[in-house]
Amino acid sequence: MSLPSLKQPFVVGAIETSVGLLPRVTSSLTWKDHWGTIKARWGVGRMHYTVEPGLYALGHPDIRSPVLVTANYKMSFDRLREALPGRDMWILVLDTVGINVWCAAGKGTFGTEELVRRIALSGLNRVVSHRELILPQLSGPGVAAHLVKKFSGFSVHYGPIRALDVPVYLNAGLKATPEMRLKTFTLRERMALIPIELVAALKPGLFILLAFFLIGGLGGPAGYWDNAVNYGFFAVIALMTAILTGAVLTPILLPVLPGRAFSLKGFIIGVIATIVLLMMRNPDLTLWQGRLEGLAWLLLVPSLAAYLAMNFTGASTYTSLSGVKKEMRLALPMEIGAGVAGLGLWLISRFIA
Amino acid sequence: MGQLTYLKDVVTLNLSEEKCIGCSMCVDVCTRGVIRMNGVGRAWIQDRDACMECGACSRNCPTGAFSVQAGVGCAAAVINTMLGREGSICCGDQGCTIEPCEQTEDKRETSCC
Repeated sequence: MSLPSLKQPFVVGAIETSVGLLPRVTSSLTWKDHWGTIKARWGVGRMHYTVEPGLYALGHPDIRSPVLVTANYKMSFDRLREALPGRDMWILVLDTVGINVWCAAGKGTFGTEELVRRIALSGLNRVVSHRELILPQLSGPGVAAHLVKKFSGFSVHYGPIRALDVPVYLNAGLKATPEMRLKTFTLRERMALIPIELVAALKPGLFILLAFFLIGGLGGPAGYWDNAVNYGFFAVIALMTAILTGAVLTPILLPVLPGRAFSLKGFIIGVIATIVLLMMRNPDLTLWQGRLEGLAWLLLVPSLAAYLAMNFTGASTYTSLSGVKKEMRLALPMEIGAGVAGLGLWLISRFIA
Repeated sequence: MGQLTYLKDVVTLNLSEEKCIGCSMCVDVCTRGVIRMNGVGRAWIQDRDACMECGACSRNCPTGAFSVQAGVGCAAAVINTMLGREGSICCGDQGCTIEPCEQTEDKRETSCC
């Protein structure tokens, strides 16, 4: 038996049960909870944003109250309780190593084994008199409902995808509408993913930006810092454009960009952005140096944008592994090839000046 | 606007209709509206190209009527696997994903999302 600690910051009290004192939470979030969400969205402390696994009381549940199951990623836990104002229910938190429901289900940590073990560890069968569980639909890839029934005696009901729909699902007698069962990927949902994409791109990106800036100073007739400010600074702008198109614009414009492959979407918008950039830069195309620099960026920016766009497949809600592998077989060699060629041309353009 | 769809004719999902007992669990867990029940209460694949190979239908089918090479459609994870390393941050908190085919056990520090 293992009961979650009462000393966690979001716990507002305790409730007496036949297995002992269980932590009680409410559906109203504090500014600390909201701040935690913002930080996690930006990748700050995201890997350790957890609640202790086990059974929690939302409101004042009794032995007949429904049991909802979720992951021990704090954001998952918060989205669920936030959606249930005025309800008295049990929330069974699985140990998913601080990972959200869908990802944990894909990895198997939100799975049959952990659910059966957590039911036993929490003493759930002594806290409630019924034998029903409501799971998020997105846990389906990890949980086998028929095996949970076999090993624990509890029947699994797959609730809606979104926590927001849980009240309607409950009121309808555990019936989800077809719309509740479809995973959307709305503009708002895509926008929420942008910060983490940006952070992931900028972490290695900052080093590369600095390198380009410093190399930009080499070669050419003018002094080192004059060159760095001219060529190096433009290189930084161009690379930032690539990150912006691949990690920000591609997610925003995803449904309207042509093509199905993410790298193609990123490539197209990368080409457009590079052309705009070069028109503003207006390099001297009568000189080989200007031609090479222009060509270098036409290769570098779209290939980098395509690569970053391709990486957004993991954050999207509809790409299959077979599809991603097919896309990568074609796109990855081209991205690497164009990237290396672009880098080579840019270096040459710096040294023939 | 309809739902977004990815590449055509790549999905590995298959259904042995004769094994179906009509429990409709697969319809409940599918997030992509791929599976429907027909007039006589048997499952059928209505839109294979919409499938994202999450494996929820096959995992929840009590008779094993579905076959699918389940995994996570995440390029960063595929690259990490190719490079033989565990994933770093690859994704957001909703659709995020890592370690496509092989389900590795409890890598606390390095796991993505």
